[in-house]
Amino acid sequence: MARLIIMGGGVSGHTAASFARKWLGNEHEVVVVTPNSLWNWIPSNIWVGVGEMSKEEVVFPLAPVYEKAGIDFRQAKAVSINPEGKADSDNAFITIEYTGQGKEGQSEELTYDYLINATGPKLNFGATPGLSDGKGGLGEHTVSVCTADHAIHAALELDACVEKMKKGERQKFLIGTGHGMCTCQGAAFEYIFNIEHVLKDKGVRDMADITFITNESFLGDFGMGGIHFSMGGYATSSKVFAESLYAERGMDWIIGAHVNNVEAGKVTYESLDGTMDEQEFDFAMLIPPFAGAGLKAFAKDGSDITDTIFAPNGFMKVDAKYDAGAYENWKATDWPRTLQNPTYGNMFAVGIAFAPPHTISKPMSSPNGTPINPTPPRTGMPSAMMGKAVAQSIVDMMVNGATEPTHTASMSEMGAACVASAGKGLFTGTAAAMTVYPIVPDFETYPGVGRDMNGTTGELGLAAHWVKHILHHLFLWKAKLKPGWTLIPE
Amino acid sequence: MASEHVKHIEPYSPQFGTMMPLGFQKKMRTCVLWQIVRFIAINIRMTILILKSHH
Repeated sequence: MARLIIMGGGVSGHTAASFARKWLGNEHEVVVVTPNSLWNWIPSNIWVGVGEMSKEEVVFPLAPVYEKAGIDFRQAKAVSINPEGKADSDNAFITIEYTGQGKEGQSEELTYDYLINATGPKLNFGATPGLSDGKGGLGEHTVSVCTADHAIHAALELDACVEKMKKGERQKFLIGTGHGMCTCQGAAFEYIFNIEHVLKDKGVRDMADITFITNESFLGDFGMGGIHFSMGGYATSSKVFAESLYAERGMDWIIGAHVNNVEAGKVTYESLDGTMDEQEFDFAMLIPPFAGAGLKAFAKDGSDITDTIFAPNGFMKVDAKYDAGAYENWKATDWPRTLQNPTYGNMFAVGIAFAPPHTISKPMSSPNGTPINPTPPRTGMPSAMMGKAVAQSIVDMMVNGATEPTHTASMSEMGAACVASAGKGLFTGTAAAMTVYPIVPDFETYPGVGRDMNGTTGELGLAAHWVKHILHHLFLWKAKLKPGWTLIPE
Repeated sequence: MASEHVKHIEPYSPQFGTMMPLGFQKKMRTCVLWQIVRFIAINIRMTILILKSHH
């Protein structure tokens, strides 16, 4: 009997656990360690954040799903990894600290044969003064849609603004990224369009000034260095596509901004040209930067080997080329394929938890030396694909005698479908449906714009909203492991 | 006239430098019949993308 432990139960971890459980015989154990009792379909938090969905529609309890599937569920956070075991044992193990199941605060050591790190991001609100509550959580000046509870709070704050506007009080909305090194611009992009749509529905749009603030050097960078869509017979830049959407809706934008301080009703930010400026707001949703989960690692003798296993930002090192050097030298092949840790072959990292070799967007900094550029997105479809590919490799290594990973999931060899909501409504809603292939541009295979123009498209319309809505139900169905879940693609 | 569908944009503002949809384009975005066609097209496109992405 062998044991596979998956640290993290988000999109990538849950996908890996579900498939590993399906493919492994009952003689093997699959254990999921996650501090949350609820699974959250995060893309739909956008709709919770504008009051169009309830929390109950985007979450479900994990315990009964895992019990039925035969997955050992530990509601706990992983604290450290001992990949070589300890003085009196060669068995690799992780140390966990329970956050639920009646064992809150208790620690336990869990041995493993294979380990998947799918811990996702730590929402690093503390990186920007005033964005956090001083304890690392969301601060009092802004809202967030990163969790379902954050989104509920955002919807309440939005309602309060709507009431003020109905009474004739003009309101300023500021949506975007709360630090120069953020990723997930797509979430902010969706949220600002949903806010605009809701304000229009409520008849108060003319009382709102809506501004997008982003660390992208141009609108539509999306952390992927921009995209060229096949559109109307042209390879059209996502800059034109995105700017058009904002301009059409009368929304302003601030680009290349590193928000360096947040206080009541005001942010200050540094721009790529080095200037400092301020932006006032009555309502602000600013995405925090992401960091690794903060796991420690120890060798057999107890010495700290965290630096061997993790990059300085806390993400786990995998088979990426971390010494690629300057932007001009970057290649698609820098990106990891098997997601296997180079030091310990029974350890993998998927989704946000793996350390990218570098950004996808061109690194930039202000004359003051402040880095201002998006970090690589690795959520949603790619993270689920990574989870599945790694589960396949591990199953082959555990039961089929493979000595090396048998499946790959490189972001430079996979595409992503992104459906960004721009307003909810069966006949009035719209969304931007974008497909990009590959995620990381490959200028050797696709000279010109770095991507396959047959697979890179974008369009706005009601159909994309239908797709978005159907995906909400399909992915929740799949995550609940209901009949036919394996037929639903990642 | 097509220009009736474009709100005033301040010349030389960032918004002035991008494309703006005109009436026909806007109408097609929520035209149910056309969007049913687009729905099928988007699904085919995404299915091909998924098939290409698994290794």
